[in-house]
Amino acid sequence: MTTTTADVPGPSPLSAPLSVLGTIWATLRLLARNRVSLIGMIGVSFYLILVFVLPYIIPLDDTVKVDLIYAPPSLTHPFGFDSQGKDVFSQIVHGGRELIAVAVGAAVVSTLVGTALGGFSGVLGGKVDSSLMLLTDVWLTIPQLPLLIVMAAFIRVSGPATLILIIGLLSWASLTRAVRAQVLSIKERDFVEAARVLDLGTTHIVTREVLPNMVSYLTINFILAITSAMYFQTALVFLGLVPLAGTNWGIMLRFAYTRGAIFARDSFWYIMAPVLAISFFQLSLVALERGVAEVFNPRLRS
Amino acid sequence: MASVATPQTGSRDSMSLGQGLRRLWDSYLFRRILKAIFTIWFVTTLLFFLVRLMPSNPLEIYVQELISQYGIPYQDAMSQAAALFAIDLTAPLWKQYLSYLSGVMHGDLGMSLRSPGTPVTSIIAQFLPWTLFSVGTALVISVTVGILLGILMAYRRDTWTDNGLSVFASATTSIPNYIVGILIIVFVAVRWNWVNFAAIRGSLSPGVTPGFNATFFQDALYHAALPIATYVITTVGFWMLSMRNSTLATLGEDYVTVARARGLSDRRIALHYVGRNASLPLVTAFALAVASIVGGAAVIEELFRYQGIGSVLVQSVFQRDYPVMQGVFLVFTVAVVMANLITDLSYGLLDPRIRISGGE
Repeated sequence: MTTTTADVPGPSPLSAPLSVLGTIWATLRLLARNRVSLIGMIGVSFYLILVFVLPYIIPLDDTVKVDLIYAPPSLTHPFGFDSQGKDVFSQIVHGGRELIAVAVGAAVVSTLVGTALGGFSGVLGGKVDSSLMLLTDVWLTIPQLPLLIVMAAFIRVSGPATLILIIGLLSWASLTRAVRAQVLSIKERDFVEAARVLDLGTTHIVTREVLPNMVSYLTINFILAITSAMYFQTALVFLGLVPLAGTNWGIMLRFAYTRGAIFARDSFWYIMAPVLAISFFQLSLVALERGVAEVFNPRLRS
Repeated sequence: MASVATPQTGSRDSMSLGQGLRRLWDSYLFRRILKAIFTIWFVTTLLFFLVRLMPSNPLEIYVQELISQYGIPYQDAMSQAAALFAIDLTAPLWKQYLSYLSGVMHGDLGMSLRSPGTPVTSIIAQFLPWTLFSVGTALVISVTVGILLGILMAYRRDTWTDNGLSVFASATTSIPNYIVGILIIVFVAVRWNWVNFAAIRGSLSPGVTPGFNATFFQDALYHAALPIATYVITTVGFWMLSMRNSTLATLGEDYVTVARARGLSDRRIALHYVGRNASLPLVTAFALAVASIVGGAAVIEELFRYQGIGSVLVQSVFQRDYPVMQGVFLVFTVAVVMANLITDLSYGLLDPRIRISGGE
């Protein structure tokens, strides 16, 4: 008799994470069937391997080699050498991790803030809603890149954490507005009405009824937030407004520009390496976003 | 882009139906202008307190700099800083704030720190026209080309033309504008050697003076060509995709079928019936487009060494020239606020439904 409890497939501590994994697996398989999102997924996986796995295999070339300045690409050095004779490819491999981490971090911050504020606004309504929306409208009007440039003058960007916070707290407004609109529309649906009739409480309604219906929407926004954080961050680095320490694609662009490599004929691949790295990162994310949008919203498949 | 397609929802004060149409229109206008003024006030205040309350307070840094570098006594340094920032530093914060605010309202933005004796307003007056010229030209080209290509894509939907242009539009809108600018320099100026990059820096060639003559316009356009190309390439895709979707929605409308039944030419239907109605929703995106181009101008002008207000902003940040920075940022904000205002008001004018319901 003591074994019966074990036989029943009850709520074991592993079942919740397993079902989440199952959902993720099913979603990925669904995405792989769409051509655009497949391209995006391949691109994103490529970048994950490039910046999180390859740095452990390919060492960063940090020695100045005068005889190799702007040496052309070869099989062992696919992007040639830079203005100091350092291998460009190893810089690409090592120069993405921090950028991508900051971009994802900033996207997490702005998505959390945007969802929380938009949710509050939509659920509470009334005075809170109208004043939050006024603030959102005003914030949306302030040009973001100039604000970021001005902020860089006041706040000493000491490390990735500061950058994540500044960029994340800059771009919450459009999501706030969109989430509020979503909440307002979902609030009126029948299943929410049913939950209300059953007296399931606000917490249940928000976490179990409203939020799950916004997951695809939030995912799409999250991916776009990563691309815009990448844009802002690299712009700051390129302008030289954040301290240039270490190696990243933005710093490579900056040096290529300030050291005149951009205007020299020999340094073509030195410029193109960070240009391609940043562009294809943005393109893969946008492809993934389009794919996700098409998969979750069949009306877009025209 | 869902938020773009829907008209701005502003204050939701419900109005009784008894009030006249005229009155409604007046109050809609009034509320929009009030909101614009509120935004400008908000930004002015934000900047004031940023300058005053941040840990690395630029005022104190400047005072310290004067004392240590020139050996000026503290009192004199304070009064010099006060003159430059147009603030009385010894007064309580709220008093300083009020006097700064009244200065801004009178068009007094203080003096530049790095080029002493130059009012910020005259710096703005010197550099702003170039940005307005390049950004304005780019906007006109981008919108026109985007709308025409968008109609073309919708008419040729699911053909190679449509697919190719769609990929082009998605790619150019997602690649950062400074990357497109760098590619333009690398290819157009260096590899293909079409233009001499050293010669097109700045906004005018030496010796050319502004005036109503062909040399001036030609030279101005020559210097602005690459920044304009960058703005156009990075924004045209947005207009193409929006116009494509909007046209597809319009093609199904009854009046298009009627126009076809009346035997009107395809060209006439495409431009006058479909095109006109399909471009209406794009008006709401205008403000957003201005904001993104104006924001991008800071990096693009710096990249091309084009002497507009955007490069002044970046330079003032480098030189810690706070009054200039504050003033230029205010100009950016006013530009975007004006674009928003024009968008909202013209959308109201163009679409009677918005006009009557007051932007609900």
